[in-house]
Amino acid sequence: MKLITAVVKPHMVDEIKAALRTSGVRGMTVSEASGSGRQRGHTEVYRGAEYTVDLVPKIRIEVLAEDGDADTVVDVIVKAARSGDQGKIGDGKVWVVPVETVVRVRTGERGPDAL
Amino acid sequence: MNGADTAFVLISAALVMLMTPGLAFFYGGMVRVKSALNMLMMSFISLGIVTVLWVLYGYSLAFGDDIGGGLLGGFDHIGLKGIRPETLTGGKEGIPVFAFALFQLMFAVITPALMSGALADRVKFSAWAVFIALWVTIVYFPVAHWVWQADGWLFKLKVIDFAGGTAVHINAGIGALAAVLVVGKRIGFKKDPMRPHSLPLVMLGAGLLWFGWFGFNAGSALAANGTAANMALNTQVATGAAMLGWLVYERVRHGAFTTLGAASGAVAGLVAITPSGAAVNAFGAVLIGLVAGSVCAWAVGIKFKLGFDDSLDVVGVHLVGGVIGTLLVGLLATDGVGGLTQLGRQATGAFAVMAYSFVASWLLAKLVDRTIGLRAAEDDELAGIDQAFHAETAYDFSAVGAISATRGGGHPAGPGHAQDDRDRDDQSGTQDKKANKKVDA
Repeated sequence: MKLITAVVKPHMVDEIKAALRTSGVRGMTVSEASGSGRQRGHTEVYRGAEYTVDLVPKIRIEVLAEDGDADTVVDVIVKAARSGDQGKIGDGKVWVVPVETVVRVRTGERGPDAL
Repeated sequence: MNGADTAFVLISAALVMLMTPGLAFFYGGMVRVKSALNMLMMSFISLGIVTVLWVLYGYSLAFGDDIGGGLLGGFDHIGLKGIRPETLTGGKEGIPVFAFALFQLMFAVITPALMSGALADRVKFSAWAVFIALWVTIVYFPVAHWVWQADGWLFKLKVIDFAGGTAVHINAGIGALAAVLVVGKRIGFKKDPMRPHSLPLVMLGAGLLWFGWFGFNAGSALAANGTAANMALNTQVATGAAMLGWLVYERVRHGAFTTLGAASGAVAGLVAITPSGAAVNAFGAVLIGLVAGSVCAWAVGIKFKLGFDDSLDVVGVHLVGGVIGTLLVGLLATDGVGGLTQLGRQATGAFAVMAYSFVASWLLAKLVDRTIGLRAAEDDELAGIDQAFHAETAYDFSAVGAISATRGGGHPAGPGHAQDDRDRDDQSGTQDKKANKKVDA
């Protein structure tokens, strides 16, 4: 099994969620995150004191998938998270790591059955 | 007794009372989350401490018969002795002294609260409580006597301070500066970002201040008459103009019209029109507002150059705005009053209050610091003083992380209630577990 983690622009979340559901993914965990990559932050000013905000608000989406499905899930996320045809700096990142085991708390099922 | 005037002053007193919670929100929104409650409490506590001191001896020191030289009131009205519901001030057609005393009490409450903004995030709450008790006693009550009691020396000098440019704003502004010099900078001043945690709270506070300030300014006429109406109108005009002045300065200098700038500009205008509003016309009010807004917008940057951590700009807004209003009225006063002679009187008044308040405030802050310690422990300051002094957190957005320390322990309630309490605790315990589960999933 694989854990697919995507860090994306907050306003893309609904689209990504819908695309994942359409492709058959049922479960996911979504959390608020902040981060920095190639996207530059912005400047805020309070009574003349300027602050550079270099950690930008992001959303982190985590999906567990069977080995064979991981690539599809990644493609679905990448397609939905990209701004326009070309994409823009700050659209985010997606990465995949192996998962040793998964347990469904309610039933105690282990492995792919728990997904 | 004049019923209309009495009703007006009583309502004005209530309006001014609302300014202190308004100030608490104004300041509270500007600090970081970890000390938001402390900032609210530093203002709010004044409603308790100063109210009690006022009826015990504050009113007497400020408005009792002069003990000589126009410096201080006597002890003849300790505990409001000798004042009855039917006792009037201002002659047969005047208002009850109780109404006047209540109205003036609200000024005494908000003035020390104004200083708290300069000391954000880093002062021991108990020490602050002691400091404001001492400060109103040694600084505010005498200065109010100088400025507003008929025998006060600044009153007799014909210094115009209609509603408190010297006694309230210059007094609090310079007192705050003195206290900052004793307390020192916040850890991380000029290095760490110290962004306001809630600008909507700041705007709410500014709105409440603006609203209450009609009572503060117009109410100071102590009568429902043309002077009060003129003052109310000029309060609105100068405040609007000052907001514009601040925003234009900011747009030119920093490239944006900020919410904090709008709120701050409004307060700067309110401060500047306070001493002057009854003595100028609407054009004078526009001018005072524009000058106060733009100059204060510039003045809040001084602290970074000079290196004193006036955290929420009490000096930049209240001292600078108070001086602007107090001096400009010397020039702009109508009816042939304005001129260089009056400007000289105004400068004398402003300087006298500044000198006395600075020295006395510094000594009092030192006294508190040397005895019980004014500054919070470094660990408490870093973690946020809300937890250290109030045992609370301003915002709870999380279902996890807190458990009931009293669960299953001793109950303070009598034996008849013990069982009920335990049942309720058990229920809440189950709910806690459910909430935890949801989050884990």
